[in-house]
Amino acid sequence: METEKIIETIHMISDENLDVRTITMGISLLDCIDSDSTRACDRIYNKIMTKAKNLVKVGEQIEAEYGIPIINKRISVTPISIIAAASADQNYLKYAQTLDRAAKELGVNFIGGFSALVQKGYQTGDLKLIRSLPQVLDETDLVCASVNVGSTRSGINMDAVAEMGKIIKDASERSFMTNTKMVVFCNAVEDNPFMAGAFHGVGERDTVINVGVSGPGVVKHALENVRGESMDVVAETIKQTAFKVTRMGQLVGTIAAERLGVPFGIVDLSLAPTPAVGDSVAQILEEIGLESVGTHGTTAALALLNDAVKKGGIMACSHVGGLSGAFIPVSEDAGMIAAVNAGTLNIEKLEAMTAVCSVGLDMIAIPGDTPADTISAMIADEAAIGMINNKTTAVRILPIQNKKVGETVEFGGLLGYAPIMGVNKASSTRMIARGGLIPAPIHSFKN
Amino acid sequence: MKAILTTIGKDQVGIIAGVSQFLAEKKINILDVSQTIMDGYFTMMMMVEINDEKADFTALSEELGGIGKKLGVEIKIRREEIYHAMHQL
Repeated sequence: METEKIIETIHMISDENLDVRTITMGISLLDCIDSDSTRACDRIYNKIMTKAKNLVKVGEQIEAEYGIPIINKRISVTPISIIAAASADQNYLKYAQTLDRAAKELGVNFIGGFSALVQKGYQTGDLKLIRSLPQVLDETDLVCASVNVGSTRSGINMDAVAEMGKIIKDASERSFMTNTKMVVFCNAVEDNPFMAGAFHGVGERDTVINVGVSGPGVVKHALENVRGESMDVVAETIKQTAFKVTRMGQLVGTIAAERLGVPFGIVDLSLAPTPAVGDSVAQILEEIGLESVGTHGTTAALALLNDAVKKGGIMACSHVGGLSGAFIPVSEDAGMIAAVNAGTLNIEKLEAMTAVCSVGLDMIAIPGDTPADTISAMIADEAAIGMINNKTTAVRILPIQNKKVGETVEFGGLLGYAPIMGVNKASSTRMIARGGLIPAPIHSFKN
Repeated sequence: MKAILTTIGKDQVGIIAGVSQFLAEKKINILDVSQTIMDGYFTMMMMVEINDEKADFTALSEELGGIGKKLGVEIKIRREEIYHAMHQL
């Protein structure tokens, strides 16, 4: 082994915030379905406690032996709307409390899957789950929720879009933290290890280990060495860095799966920023040559970054999945926060960026008096970008009560803090009131 | 299991002695050593073999960290697979 390579790895971990962001165990709850919700919840609790018994311990062992920080250990489960549909309960809080209790006892950071997939319409449990959301998000601590309202194959369920605007607004009135734990998706993926949108898809195996890597700081550092070079060199440098980062994710995932006696699923090759200095996606874009993220050229730079990360990572591991790309949350990224404060980054530009990044409008704080219909319309716009471009998009928007544009809200920890951003004041009410389904798009006449 | 022990910091008397004495006490065998000055820093790599498969890595890392503090250097130990994974196909 060459000394330089050993030193490079050490620098990546010690100085450039390279980490495994999450080891997420996906657990199917299909075999826990029961018409009696108490019995169903007992089975859910027992299954999670059995399958994930050693998840935290194994995560910590790997951290110690390989010297790689593993920031989160998480669980994702089958969408609860499917599991709870057999019961006559009108509110699914009990299911959420069961998940919360199991997660706390196991010591995991989050449990995802309080979810409903309603891209084409509602089934028995879907609307009950959606209407339980404000209370669930307020009264549980570790449960993460998601609702898929659209897909390229099905179109966009505008009834659900309208409903989610109201739900987000209602949840925000209970507590400003509620909406940090909920995502509204278009084209949600079944093997995503990242929160808040992780759930265990019904096409997955019974139990599986998925890993999400990170490392914006490593990419930024690598690009510092190629200042002034052409975009070809930038892309190549990002690819090579992503390759190394992904190899680490593959190793950690393989070892975790082996020790837990569970099949290894996928590596999610995401650049997930944190508010820590030097762990920012915005600063990568600025290193590429933008004075501030949000200015003209941002979308092009982000498109290159997102694509190069995938290209570099895809050969480095056996199976790639999840969301894979560059996340652009505002509150979790020091560079994004600075750009909003400097007036160079606004919601309109962020929306454009979501057409080429890995997900969507993420961790964006808006004034608490924003109408529910406006929030629904933002969801509709994001879903449309996802539907037409055949990609996952998501909305995690945070109306903050009694706060106005220019003020700041503090979430703490990895969630960071966010300046309140302005939204378009013109009404979208009449469109949202129409409801119905936006038909799925034609992509080509393939037959 | 094989692990790579790295020691990086300002050069001074007794670093190699301090580290190898600790390893000897723990019955950890040194398989290979390389030492160089990189960017003005003393940089030592040791390939070691830990025979006890159930060795408590967390405790070992902490003890090594403590010795590093005394010697004014940073000592890390990681299983070797991480380096191979990241740099070799």
